[in-house]
Amino acid sequence: MELSFYLVQLLNAIQYGFLLFLVASGLTLLFGIMGIINLAHGSFYMIGAYLAYWLTGVTGNLWLGILLGLPIALLVGYLVERFAISFLYQRDHLYQVLLTFAMILIFNELQQILWGTDVHGVAIPEILAGSIPLTENQSYPIYRLFISAVCIAIACGMSWVIQKTRLGMMIRAGASNREMVQSLGIDVNRLFALVFSCGVALAAFAGMLASPVDSVYPGMGENVLIISFVVVVIGGTGSIKGAFVGAMLIGLVSTFGKVLLPEMASIMVYALMAAILLWRPQGLFGRAA
Amino acid sequence: MSALSRFLPLSALLVLLLFPLLGSEYYVGLLSRIIILAIFAMSLDLLIGYTGLVSFGHAAFFGIGGYALAIAFQDASVIHLWQALPLSLAAAALAALLVGWISIRTSGIYFIMITLAFAQMFFYYFFESPSYGGDDGIFLFLKPVLMIGSEDILKLEQENNFYYFALSCLVAGYLLLTMILRAPFGKVITAIKANEHRVCALGYSVNRYKLVSFVIAGTLAGLAGFLEGAHSGYINPSYMSWHESGIAIAIVVLGGMGTLYGPVVGAFIVVLLQDFLPSLTEHWQLLFGSIIISVALFLPRGATSLLPRILALLRREKSEDASSEEDPLEKTDG
Repeated sequence: MELSFYLVQLLNAIQYGFLLFLVASGLTLLFGIMGIINLAHGSFYMIGAYLAYWLTGVTGNLWLGILLGLPIALLVGYLVERFAISFLYQRDHLYQVLLTFAMILIFNELQQILWGTDVHGVAIPEILAGSIPLTENQSYPIYRLFISAVCIAIACGMSWVIQKTRLGMMIRAGASNREMVQSLGIDVNRLFALVFSCGVALAAFAGMLASPVDSVYPGMGENVLIISFVVVVIGGTGSIKGAFVGAMLIGLVSTFGKVLLPEMASIMVYALMAAILLWRPQGLFGRAA
Repeated sequence: MSALSRFLPLSALLVLLLFPLLGSEYYVGLLSRIIILAIFAMSLDLLIGYTGLVSFGHAAFFGIGGYALAIAFQDASVIHLWQALPLSLAAAALAALLVGWISIRTSGIYFIMITLAFAQMFFYYFFESPSYGGDDGIFLFLKPVLMIGSEDILKLEQENNFYYFALSCLVAGYLLLTMILRAPFGKVITAIKANEHRVCALGYSVNRYKLVSFVIAGTLAGLAGFLEGAHSGYINPSYMSWHESGIAIAIVVLGGMGTLYGPVVGAFIVVLLQDFLPSLTEHWQLLFGSIIISVALFLPRGATSLLPRILALLRREKSEDASSEEDPLEKTDG
């Protein structure tokens, strides 16, 4: 009983950590490669969840919903990068904070106009609706395992793209020395637009995956946003590996914190971040500035 | 210009001093809110505009100033101003010292994020603590009074009294910051913003200067929080939320950072927008967000940077008029 309870918590922690990783990996790439601090990233998570809710309602199928939603998310990312973010690459972080903060206000308002303020749920697809019994009275929903599996696949795919492909080479080079990449004749503007759109799509995808597990509600992106920032800062900006380790750490600390020390759970995550920054101001896997 | 720059603040102050005589209590209340936010934003400007530290958790000190008042005097039968005010300031200063001591080791994005993280810690601490009212916050049924012996000198309960008290706090804060910035200390922190490494090479202990600046800013934010608590009689965790920190940054940039009057102008703009836009449309945040975005993109030095430009334009037009008058004379000479 005791053991299986902790097993369930552990699985939850890992699944939460994976979702955080999807959001945070986009954020950390934006930081590392483009030098952009994007507060609107949580809004993209929210947009993903609402797209999943809306398109699933229209098509009657979550898979179709996700399939149709992803291009929309990519397009949103592209437009935001072209018409707002791209003006701020040379500017102080302050303006990026301000601009993307204002974007949160705008996206929240758009969400209310389009979908209202009600809390919605998305049904789990039938194939994945069951749960696996662990003991007599403990079981684990298959869909949550499915989320973890998909995230593992994406993480592997991402690490393959970044380590093995030409695009990944450009991304890595861009993260370590932007000017040099530019002078080697790589179209940085296109690279940035691509990276930003992909980051947005990843965040939106995380929102879509999470929508059947959590409900879909206004402001859902903001909690994810702040926690993802914590993940990025713990891991070190620009480091995918760091984002992964950070996401898992936060997943574990916040899930077990809620179980063991419920009134301190929210604080513990931030305390962990402060402690890590005291020890390593550039994050676990970040390069010293 | 220098005559104008002296004339403008004084005439603005005069207008503010005379305003309550018009007698609209609603607008005096609104103006009090503006003044409180102006103090808050001015304190943040010391960090953003002068020291080059982009703090994204400044609302925490605002909230702590308010909470210190509310917690200490929750059940008091009378709130003495001379006890309550120093307490709030000390609480905010202490919190700023603690947060600053850790945060200033980091820079850039990390500094933004760690200040945010600390603000979130304070937020959740108050949000989840049942003894301080949780997310409902604390109500204060009394307002601070200044007494000498048993004689009330100043009761903040009356809107006009509060207004003048807040206004004098704003003026005092403004003068204090002006003095600080003129002193050698101010020269050093502005130099840190311009080039931290060079200041370090000159032998200054950069972190110590940053920390002092951070504590001064936090204390002033605590003053604003104290005023807010005393004004609304109510404090809750949402005053500390990262939304408030974001709005504070918006105020500073909208008004014009790196000037002390900029944040005051910014507070006017933001509060008036928040008061006016909802009457236009239910979805006013859309407009508000768009305004902030346009400022971030096209007017990075804020609204107050427009004034010199307008003046320069006017002057050029004048001189063009003058030169066009001179033209015919030149021709006849030729």
